[in-house]
Amino acid sequence: MAEPEKPPVSRRSFIANGLRGAAALAAAAAAGAAIPRSAGGQTVWQIDPYKCTQCERCETHCVLTPSAVKCVHSYDVCGYCDLCGGYHQPSPLEHDTAAENQLCPTAAIRRVHVEGQYFEYRIDESLCTACGKCVKGCTSFGNGSLHMQVRHDRCVNCNQCAIARVCPSSAFLRVPAGRPYLLKQGARTKKD
Amino acid sequence: MPATRRILPAAVLALALASALPLRAQQARFPEPEFETGYRLPQVTQPSARSLALEIADLAALAAALSLSAYLALKERSRRPIFLLMLASLLYFGFWREGCVCAVGSIQNIALGIFSSEYRIPLTAVAIFLLPLLSTLMFGRVFCAAVCPLGAAQDVVVLRPVRVPAGLARFLGILPPLYLGLAVLAAATGADFLICRYDPFVGFFRMGATFEMLLLGAAFLLAGTVVARPYCRFLCPYGVLLQWMSRLSRRHLTITPSECTQCRLCEDSCPFDAILKPAPAREPESRRAGIRRLGWLLVLLPFLVAAGAGAGILAHAPLSRIHPTVRLAERVVLEKSGRLPDTTLESRTFYETDKPAEALLGQARAIRRQFRTGSILLGAFLGLVVGCRLLALSVRRKRTDYQPDRGGCFSCGRCIPYCPVEKKPESLETRDERAG
Repeated sequence: MAEPEKPPVSRRSFIANGLRGAAALAAAAAAGAAIPRSAGGQTVWQIDPYKCTQCERCETHCVLTPSAVKCVHSYDVCGYCDLCGGYHQPSPLEHDTAAENQLCPTAAIRRVHVEGQYFEYRIDESLCTACGKCVKGCTSFGNGSLHMQVRHDRCVNCNQCAIARVCPSSAFLRVPAGRPYLLKQGARTKKD
Repeated sequence: MPATRRILPAAVLALALASALPLRAQQARFPEPEFETGYRLPQVTQPSARSLALEIADLAALAAALSLSAYLALKERSRRPIFLLMLASLLYFGFWREGCVCAVGSIQNIALGIFSSEYRIPLTAVAIFLLPLLSTLMFGRVFCAAVCPLGAAQDVVVLRPVRVPAGLARFLGILPPLYLGLAVLAAATGADFLICRYDPFVGFFRMGATFEMLLLGAAFLLAGTVVARPYCRFLCPYGVLLQWMSRLSRRHLTITPSECTQCRLCEDSCPFDAILKPAPAREPESRRAGIRRLGWLLVLLPFLVAAGAGAGILAHAPLSRIHPTVRLAERVVLEKSGRLPDTTLESRTFYETDKPAEALLGQARAIRRQFRTGSILLGAFLGLVVGCRLLALSVRRKRTDYQPDRGGCFSCGRCIPYCPVEKKPESLETRDERAG
């Protein structure tokens, strides 16, 4: 369709153009006011492990099933204990290491003997449901090397994280997408 | 040594149980082991977040879809390609990108970005907010026609559209500004992202949501078979902004390619009741009466705004409960005074921190003050909207042709094939007449 040729600027079209310009300016001003002095890049959601209280809501409130949150293990914080507060049921001296005595309801923690009295605990993320039981055990009785993190190969990065909305300890933060993890670090890593 | 290693955790366990599980327990209870067999510590995997390049690709896709939609609605003037583009957008922005961040929700990012000092809005979110607005200012609501996945989800289920009675449609038309105001208020105070939380279709895009939200989405789709695009017309908060932009748009989809012959063929073609009929030439009332009514409405306008602001003051306390901190503070006050016997996870978590209740109450009071200001503005805004709509109702414009209602028209192109008028090059005379 050919655009009708414009008559010399009439009062009507002058006003219309003015309003149009004002509307464009208003939209741009709103957007401009939203940009802080240091313009932001992409952000993603992450859990501050030191604020997390292992309330188990990560398991149930994510828009994904199973949750995009998983338990991760910072090995350099771990004590490699034989009796692990994150792996065993409470009162471990009365139990053995059989599956029915594991704390994890989905047996997502694999226990491997390293040497002497040391054992390595490895998370199978495909089984982890982010219930946080092991994290609670490890934080309460151990070094706290097990902790919750949003896994960005799964997270769909909702505008407003559904877990963040209900997190009782405000542990969810928007972090820069370039550094998307807040992992616990031990003395070894910090030295490096 | 091994014996102590077995006993030590048990002792810690007993201690911990005795002190009722200190959640923020100290770290490094056990020393890091000195491995002797050359064991190397595994690394924690860190799968990376979605790359910026892909975000920019999304933006490019948005810009391309907007341009194509504008071309199809204004130049190509054909419903079928618009429909196909809409399906493609539904698949890409809806099912593939799972609906986040969308232009509709980006209002909240903008609001939070303006009012929060901590939140740093991603530039892509700013662009996603601006692009559809600017394109609407140029070409009409081509974003709604074929780009917005929420609109597309409803558009594919339009089966037997019925006409919504004009009075009811006007009444329901107050809902989008109300929703927009509430969403901006909630986002600006950092309380919640209401638009995202109550998005009825994102659950389908993600193939998972709470039962209530899926039910709501299903209800919208079901209602959408007879009341075409119910969310777009009677709820969409972004639609309010688009409506304003579209009214001012530089160009807009037309029903007829050249001259309307008032043949009435397109009259019932729009499922969204967005075609304006020719207004009768003879005015049903005297000019004097019209002007008097207009005058009264102009006088009424400030009163409507004031009434809205007053209602805002009344509503600010309940509204402020959208904010979790206010809810928690109220809860803590009631629990401490013994009026609530039980505790919630939130209040228990709060007691476990060493933050004094006074600090929490102070925070809640500050938030409530923000809500007071915001609610007054929200009420005044709604009063203004109602007043302006009354004014618009009372002004009669003479109209000889069938035209799309620029505010409500989604530029979907359904009316175009109904027009029997052939496109013909304009003769100089008609051109002069138009300029006349």
